[in-house]
Amino acid sequence: MNATIIQAVNDALHEEMGNDEQTVVFGQDVAESGGVFRATEGLKEEFGGERVLDTPLSEIAIVGSAVGLATHGFRPIAEIQFSGFLPPAFDQLVTNASRIRWRTRGELTAPMVVRTPYGAGVRALEHHSESLESIYGHVPGLKVAIPSTPHDAKGMLISAIRDPDPVLFMEPKHVYRSYREDIDEGTYTEPLGEAAVRQEGEDLTVISWGAMMHQTLEAVENLADKGVDAEVIDLRTISPLDKETIVESVKKTGRCVVVHEAAKTGGFGAEIAATINDEALMYLEAPIERVAGFDVPVPLLSMEDYYIPPPPRIEEAIKDTVAY
Amino acid sequence: MDNSPQSISPPSVDVGVDPISQGDVEIETYQVVRPDGSFDADRVPDVDDEALRDLYRWMLLQRVYDNRATKLQRRGRLGTVASGRGQEAAIIGSGFALSQDDWIFPYGREAGALLMHGLSMRDLLLYWRGIEDASKMEGANIFGMAISIGSHIPLATGKAWGMQLAGEESIAFANLGDGATSTGAFHEGMNFAGVLDAPAVYFCQNNQYAISLPFEKQTNADTVAQKALAYGVDGIRVDGNDVLAVYNAVSKARERALEGNPVLVEAVTYRRGAHTTSDDPTRYRSEEEVDEWEKRDPLERYQAFLEETGRWDDIDEEAIREEVEEEFSAAVDAADEFEERGIEEIFSYLHEETPPELQRQLEEFRELLEERPDMYEYIETRPKG
Ligand SMILES: Cc1ncc(C[n+]2csc(CCOP(=O)(O)OP(=O)(O)O)c2C)c(N)n1
Ligand SMILES: [Mg+2]
Repeated sequence: MNATIIQAVNDALHEEMGNDEQTVVFGQDVAESGGVFRATEGLKEEFGGERVLDTPLSEIAIVGSAVGLATHGFRPIAEIQFSGFLPPAFDQLVTNASRIRWRTRGELTAPMVVRTPYGAGVRALEHHSESLESIYGHVPGLKVAIPSTPHDAKGMLISAIRDPDPVLFMEPKHVYRSYREDIDEGTYTEPLGEAAVRQEGEDLTVISWGAMMHQTLEAVENLADKGVDAEVIDLRTISPLDKETIVESVKKTGRCVVVHEAAKTGGFGAEIAATINDEALMYLEAPIERVAGFDVPVPLLSMEDYYIPPPPRIEEAIKDTVAY
Repeated sequence: MDNSPQSISPPSVDVGVDPISQGDVEIETYQVVRPDGSFDADRVPDVDDEALRDLYRWMLLQRVYDNRATKLQRRGRLGTVASGRGQEAAIIGSGFALSQDDWIFPYGREAGALLMHGLSMRDLLLYWRGIEDASKMEGANIFGMAISIGSHIPLATGKAWGMQLAGEESIAFANLGDGATSTGAFHEGMNFAGVLDAPAVYFCQNNQYAISLPFEKQTNADTVAQKALAYGVDGIRVDGNDVLAVYNAVSKARERALEGNPVLVEAVTYRRGAHTTSDDPTRYRSEEEVDEWEKRDPLERYQAFLEETGRWDDIDEEAIREEVEEEFSAAVDAADEFEERGIEEIFSYLHEETPPELQRQLEEFRELLEERPDMYEYIETRPKG
């Protein structure tokens, strides 16, 4: 079927709720109205009110009760309406979800997914636009997945639901509906923890994820005419990090640019640079460049587009790196 | 066989355990003017005729503002807008009971109360246009909008605490919805207020919905007001479509707060429009229900009171309407004239003194914009998702 990311998410939820009776979908406005982005549309009609529920406006209880439910043999798939409202529940992710297996020495586990749309560019109100993936990626025991295509959104979400441990599934809402592609019917999975090489090349490695993948690919395409042969990696999962794919690529190209929407300082680009430093330093022919959001909150809507790195910013970084 | 110490069966005789439950407390909904326009003469507030007329004017302004703002949004000239349609009595009655020294913690629907409190309409429009400068809420004691629902409740508690420590005769006034009462921040902030005897009023406009979730599913509690008891603060439940009742209730709450008793006020009302301009309410509620509440229109009810008491004749509704329409148009013109700041706007105000790394990011970005002016085009034409 031909699908956008949001349709692929919806399709994955339909598939896996059909495959596994232990799955339960809940969150604000997910049942009656099918979600503010329509990600959960039709689920309540198909699977009933016991497995698809609207919850009170309680992020702490949504995530915390998902942990409890998961320890009782269920597969909670919770939605946090916007990732900007996840911080109150950070406590539950850190204190409980991420370490339940560890602190009970494997007696209790939390196979759960928290889905949440993240990122800027949809003219939303304050607090609706941040990209805080590196904060979550820093929490040991928490997996953080960020698909960038409809195919991956479906396959990775099914993997996340089947994962034996908690997964934060961050959905790039800016491109929820911007791109379509043919995706497979039925159930399939895409592994977590494995990056995808979107394009092979020799001159440099460009790494990105989520909504920024699309700006990155556009920049790379613009430079292809000018003779830049870039290898492009879609990280797909922040944690666990697929170091092998990154390191192998950089060993080949000797140059690397990382692009992310999140603020630069402490962003995941730093972790990638450190990884390359650890494992491929001697192969580097240029310093690793980071193209990232500025170290400020995402501006209100009149200026928010200035915050998101546009293709020209990425192009300049690529040109500098190649010319170094 | 369960041979554990817990295997004995529970007592079969009545040993006198009597749980308290919500039905044990009766909670009245305070009213002055009944839906049919009849009223309780003893309860009419002791204010002059001009004030009573003003109340009507403000309610009408709220309604006109909401209509016009929604239309502006549809034409792409405002961002997401949350209308107060149906909640005019709650918004205006509460705002009218405050003093200019009080601090309002807004949640988005209370345009009229903010304008009354000294905010310019231009700035309010600029805020919904997503212009940072307007967040200053210049010239009025108004905190930033609580877009993260419930997050402002502890802030209001702290502000009130500060007022008390400073020996001031003012209160912190938080506006919130029924949905906000389910957040952790609400529970902690309310409890704190009780412990601190904070001069704060928490004004919950229970408009029966949090986006698509009806109040019955928001909480198993019958009312919001009863939650006050659990925090050891005072509670009032008031008919939120009765502007005089709201005015009296909030005046009373304010008085109590100044004496060191925080108050949770529940105004029972109804959100007649969509949640915001991005919402389609036909997905989750019936037209009959909306019609039912339309019959309880706050402006009509107040008009009935004004007619009944012979004050309506002094009110030229058409003239007021024209006046506020013009006020709105003038505010839009002023907003259109506002000269947007450059990219510095994004970088300023985060710190008192911009740290070197951030300064560097700004300078690099400036240079890049000069080198690559095509960037503006990318930025301006980026699809909005
Ligand atoms: C912490 C948080 N969670 C979720 C949201 C998304 N959201 C915006 S408004 C809203 C419902 C608010 O309902 P209520 O508090 O009753 O206020 P109302 O909109 O009805 O005036 C939700 C869920 C949010 N803004 N903040
Ligand atoms: Mg509400």
